[in-house]
Amino acid sequence: MIAVKHVRKTFQVARRDAGFRAAVKTLLHKQYDTVEALKDISFTIDDGEMVGYIGPNGAGKSSTIKILSGILTPDSGECLVNEKTPWKERISHVAQIGVVFGQRSQLWWDVPVIDSFELIRDIYKTPEAVYRKNLDELTQMLQLSQILKTPTRQLSLGQRMRCEIAASLLHDPKVLFLDEPTIGLDAVSKIAVREFIKELNRKKGTTVILTTHDMQDIEALTSRILLIGKGQILLDGSLSQLKETYSDQKQLTVAYSGSAPALCPGMTVSSAQPGQLVLSVDPKVMSISKAISYLSEHAEITDLSVSGASTEEIVVQLYKEFRI
Amino acid sequence: MKLYLKYFSIHLRSAMEYKSSFFMTVLGQFLMSFTGFLSVWFLMDRFHEVEGFTFSEILLCYSVVLLGSSIAECFFRGFDRFPQMIGNGEFDRILTRPRNEIFQVLASKMEFTRIGRFLQALLVICYAIPTSGVIWNAENILTLIFMILGAFGVFSALYILYACFSFFTIEGLEFMNIFTNGGQEFGQYPFSVYGKWILRFFTFVVPLALCQYYPLLALLGREGSVFYRILPLCSLLFFLPVLIFWKFGVKHYKSTGS
Amino acid sequence: MKQYFTFFRIRFAASLQYRAAAWAGVATQFAWGSMLISLYAAFYRANPADFPMEFSALSSYIWLQQAFLALYSSWFFDRDTLDSITQGTIAYDLCRPVSLYWMWFWKDTATRIARAALRCMPILIFSAFLPAPYGLSLPADGVSFLLFLLTMILALWMANAFTLLIYILCFYTMSPMGLRTLSTTAIEFLSGALIPLPFLPDGFRQFCELLPFASMQNLPFRIYSGDLAGYEAVFFIFLQLFWILCFTLLEQLLLKRALKKVVVQGG
Repeated sequence: MIAVKHVRKTFQVARRDAGFRAAVKTLLHKQYDTVEALKDISFTIDDGEMVGYIGPNGAGKSSTIKILSGILTPDSGECLVNEKTPWKERISHVAQIGVVFGQRSQLWWDVPVIDSFELIRDIYKTPEAVYRKNLDELTQMLQLSQILKTPTRQLSLGQRMRCEIAASLLHDPKVLFLDEPTIGLDAVSKIAVREFIKELNRKKGTTVILTTHDMQDIEALTSRILLIGKGQILLDGSLSQLKETYSDQKQLTVAYSGSAPALCPGMTVSSAQPGQLVLSVDPKVMSISKAISYLSEHAEITDLSVSGASTEEIVVQLYKEFRI
Repeated sequence: MKLYLKYFSIHLRSAMEYKSSFFMTVLGQFLMSFTGFLSVWFLMDRFHEVEGFTFSEILLCYSVVLLGSSIAECFFRGFDRFPQMIGNGEFDRILTRPRNEIFQVLASKMEFTRIGRFLQALLVICYAIPTSGVIWNAENILTLIFMILGAFGVFSALYILYACFSFFTIEGLEFMNIFTNGGQEFGQYPFSVYGKWILRFFTFVVPLALCQYYPLLALLGREGSVFYRILPLCSLLFFLPVLIFWKFGVKHYKSTGS
Repeated sequence: MKQYFTFFRIRFAASLQYRAAAWAGVATQFAWGSMLISLYAAFYRANPADFPMEFSALSSYIWLQQAFLALYSSWFFDRDTLDSITQGTIAYDLCRPVSLYWMWFWKDTATRIARAALRCMPILIFSAFLPAPYGLSLPADGVSFLLFLLTMILALWMANAFTLLIYILCFYTMSPMGLRTLSTTAIEFLSGALIPLPFLPDGFRQFCELLPFASMQNLPFRIYSGDLAGYEAVFFIFLQLFWILCFTLLEQLLLKRALKKVVVQGG
């Protein structure tokens, strides 16, 4: 279980304005701004949960992950991961978590992947039997058997990410932190990674905390979302709950010939081009079927489609709503 | 230790992936320290002696310092590269692993190309040992080994110290060159050459003189005291404040995350 | 011409930011200079008759060298430029309507000058206040000082030309790292950065003085203190000009060939 209570963190950041004169000025005197990265963060995550941690850049996501993984000490507040405070008992804490940073590699660049795995086994003092079992399982689930003998530098990004994830799981961690695990991957690799994480969670009950900008990751993997912005938890709820609250609008895409139809109350224009309109319809004011029949009466319609808001749009709306 | 050997084998295999570049750099390292040797030679050739030391005696000092520093550079190179490790998040990765941080930084990089410098030092010491006029009894051999060990220790500690400072400033690190590069460059001559104050500094603050000037006097029979022979081992006490500073640095890093 | 000035200005402003680095550099250079002078003082005490220059001339030489270290440093290579060559992103620079050669030249000049500008003043001032034979003394005379300024500029040009040669040779070699180590080593020793050239043994010394490396640090610092003067100084200035011309022409040629290769290979 992960319990975070009233965690705060501030940073000092050096300020520099653009331009030559400012450059000379900073030469003599440096100014610092205090940034409140985390204002007052509290949440709990139960064993076996999969949680998506989202928010715009600079909202405090990575600070939270760093605190939970023992890299950063907060100014105040409490935090327990499996009854341990990460920054006080670093070594025993990190022995039972796994961390994947999507943009940085933990594998040794010039040697075969399997060598990296063995070194990681020794670093974590994983018993040989456990290591064997996990390696076999991971090799099979992530289809690594072909690439284990290849040096890391010769792997494609997708192959490498699969190896990275495997490397973080060799020691049977109870909690897995994934920091943008699908960044830069092609569609096939993305789906493979997602499938694997789901499977892992189902089979072993590993707690997964995922930060990402890819909303499809969130949709595919997590049932719970934590939204952070300006250093605060703004929202903590399930994805379907979110959808219900924020996606009451439907979108109608209408292609027409001739003149554009006049609109009636309940419809607003999202975008317009000659011959095509995208309309948002509020079902509380006007039902979709009424809207369609209204449109077909008022214009020569050649094509029409209806869609709900995507997760992406919901998130954009969320960010707008909370002004973050 | 077993784990260190694992790292060692990985680094060795990585280095061997780029054989031609490896040997070019080894050659470069050799030539670079060779010009250092040349300047000592030219100067000693012109002036014959300095502060009562002859050419061969200076070379003994020169090779001890070069041996110590080249071994330290080979194995403690991870600390030299530490500012980059902080910059690219490699140190964060280290913190998420259940092992001592110093050990992991130490094992993160080994610079085998320093063998070029090491070889050069070995050649010089092979020349200096018979020509320096020292009687090579067990006592003196042991002293020489202590000197090399001590120099290795002091340079290693200096590299860790360098890494400690990079927790606080990346830009300002250049001043550490006075001790790391300067120690190598100026340690070629016994520190007494530079005058009383500099000798004191390298005795009590950065105890490099404990590994060259004082035991050298003992080797050359100019000082009888056994104390001078074990001074190189005392220089290893330098690790103590450095390790305390390191702990402090890690704590600072964890609270600022930068 | 204006675009090169822009390269210069941007680089200059960017390099000025490194305030802490500058102070650290000042401290390092000051300590370094003091150590060197103590060392030579010991040699002087051992055998004053064999000392090849005035001691005060040597002190001036060392302080000028420390003050302007960044101007002539042999290990300065522009990371962006090297990366663009080794990783092939040079293609982007080739799309710009400027000469690659002079763009590199002005960028590097800016960085060198900015770094030196930040560091030289404190060192020059401190060292001028040191007691007589150990500090920086005034230039020998007005003519020496003018020639010193002239050769300083030419020496900067020469140092830059050498850096550019290494950039260009990176097109041809597989091991830029080894190349850089070798060039740094050669410059350090042959330009009088490690020990001033007058301390080399006769014969070898005269040979080194004719090499292009000697135009970098050896020449201006020795002219300053009057160690080189009169016809001798004028001869070496012409030699300096000659080498600059040779390097520039050779590099233009090599660069042209290298770029042709790049274009043929398609990057």
